[in-house]
Amino acid sequence: MRINLQNVEHKYQVNTPFERAALTDVTIDIPSGTYLAVIGHTGSGKSTLLQHLNGLLQPTKGYIQVGEQRITAGKKEKNLKAIRKRVGIVFQFPEHQLFEETVLKDICFGPMNFGVSEEEAIRLAKESITKVGLGEEILEKSPFDLSGGQMRRVAIAGVLAMQPEVLVLDEPTAGLDPRGRKEIMDLFYSIHKDSGISTILVTHSMEDAARYADEIVVMHKGSVFERGKPRDIFSRSAELAELGLDVPNTVKVQLMLERSTGLKFGRICLSLDELTSEIAASMKRGDLS
Amino acid sequence: MMDKLIFGRYVPADSAIHKMDPRSKLIMVFLFVFVIFLANNVVSYALVAVFTLAIVKLSKVPARFLINGLKPVLILILFTFLLHLFFTKEGELLYKWNVIEIYSGGLRQGIFISLRFAFLIVITSILTLTTTPISLTDGLETLFNPLKKWKLPVHELALMMSISLRFIPTLLEETDKIMKAQAARGTEFSSGPVTSRMKAVVPLLIPLFVSSFKRAEELAVAMESRGYRGGEGRTKFRLLRWERKDTYLVLAICILGILLIVFRT
Ligand SMILES: Nc1ncnc2c1ncn2[C@@H]1O[C@H](COP(=O)(O)OP(=O)(O)O)[C@@H](O)[C@H]1O
Ligand SMILES: [Mg+2]
Repeated sequence: MRINLQNVEHKYQVNTPFERAALTDVTIDIPSGTYLAVIGHTGSGKSTLLQHLNGLLQPTKGYIQVGEQRITAGKKEKNLKAIRKRVGIVFQFPEHQLFEETVLKDICFGPMNFGVSEEEAIRLAKESITKVGLGEEILEKSPFDLSGGQMRRVAIAGVLAMQPEVLVLDEPTAGLDPRGRKEIMDLFYSIHKDSGISTILVTHSMEDAARYADEIVVMHKGSVFERGKPRDIFSRSAELAELGLDVPNTVKVQLMLERSTGLKFGRICLSLDELTSEIAASMKRGDLS
Repeated sequence: MMDKLIFGRYVPADSAIHKMDPRSKLIMVFLFVFVIFLANNVVSYALVAVFTLAIVKLSKVPARFLINGLKPVLILILFTFLLHLFFTKEGELLYKWNVIEIYSGGLRQGIFISLRFAFLIVITSILTLTTTPISLTDGLETLFNPLKKWKLPVHELALMMSISLRFIPTLLEETDKIMKAQAARGTEFSSGPVTSRMKAVVPLLIPLFVSSFKRAEELAVAMESRGYRGGEGRTKFRLLRWERKDTYLVLAICILGILLIVFRT
């Protein structure tokens, strides 16, 4: 499903002394099946942007086209529920949204709100709990008896069970250990590939943005600073540094090597494999020893 | 979703009222609550109005903001107005239709009581809008300090109050976040039949309770690990300073009281 934001502005607390624009004139097109990463400094408006994608926030100017539906500034959209069924959001620290007595009930909550029958919801719950790497025996436990990492996975399963066509992720791995982080990011990537859904990921990990995303949007002070393929975005490390943003570690190593040896690699290395093969190639040519 | 909540919120600005000692502001508001009941005719209400407007002007809080703050209580004000309008049977009959009779005394009384309400709300809002919660509790604690003699746990009460005040915005933020998370899972908070909206409260309240208890526990541990043992022998980081303008504020409210005694009928 295609999502298109046109000249979106969002002001919080309109008509109070606290009024402030969190988004100013944002235009982004997200074709169906894209994996888009959104990066930007804290407070640059990433979370605000995400909440427009399923109508949790309304723009104060401009519009958002979600499939056939359009959310326009100043107009009350009646069928937000239909949009929310199709666009699932995993919030930051999603474990805070757990509330049911059992994990099973909590995962079924979303699908059943959207009119799925109970048997079907249970089937979906079993399917998604396996997807997030937990065993079915956990379904009968109370979500509050689980470890932090398990709670996170249960909450994610609750969103996956809604079978969204667009999956929106707001720093889904914040506060997890490195292994859990990689497992969850790999999980989202395989869901993205297997079911062809669009994925929109807000992240502070430049490695994740480089590894998984087809395209990257850089947000700065409420507007789109630039958009491009990861390789193009991360070739501008100086620009990013001015916004307080990093580049992936492999790029840092590459830049250090290039500076100290005076060499120039053929491309920006986004992964360890790319970096090692570039180094190996230079050594073969005898430029590096 | 929480945008409209204005009462009990601090608006930073550089004004005379902002810079005053919280104690003088508290005394002023406390006296104002009594003084305003002295007003009972046009002149005395005009005096109260002048005083209120002067305070608003000095505080530099935008009027639009105060009006927004009044909106939630407007219904209450309107209700009191109508109550007096219809049920006070004094003065001459102004209007009669079926059982409804409006007397001049009722109209007058209705207007006066509504004004009294509005002034009270404006003045108390000014107090909270121009004083940070921390200095407000500091002020209260100092003012109530003498009551320690009668075993009133003044320090503990003040601490409770400042912790609650401190966590109100956090709680509102949390409510907003959880509402959004559940709305994204198909919960309808503001549309749909009433029964389903009532059911929607459960997925909101349970996470809120869970996180509040967790936060309370963490706070207790954090305080104890930093050596908190109650108010005994505890010194203050922020010292309250009573200046000349504070005396003027208290004098102003006293003068208002005297004038009202003189001009009331
Ligand atoms: N509920 C809110 N009320 C008022 N201001 C907000 C609210 N949420 C976010 N903001 C403000 O909007 C700006 C963008 O915030 P956010 O979208 O959360 O940024 P990010 O996710 O990139 O850190 C920030 O300056 C923040 O203070
Ligand atoms: Mg954010």
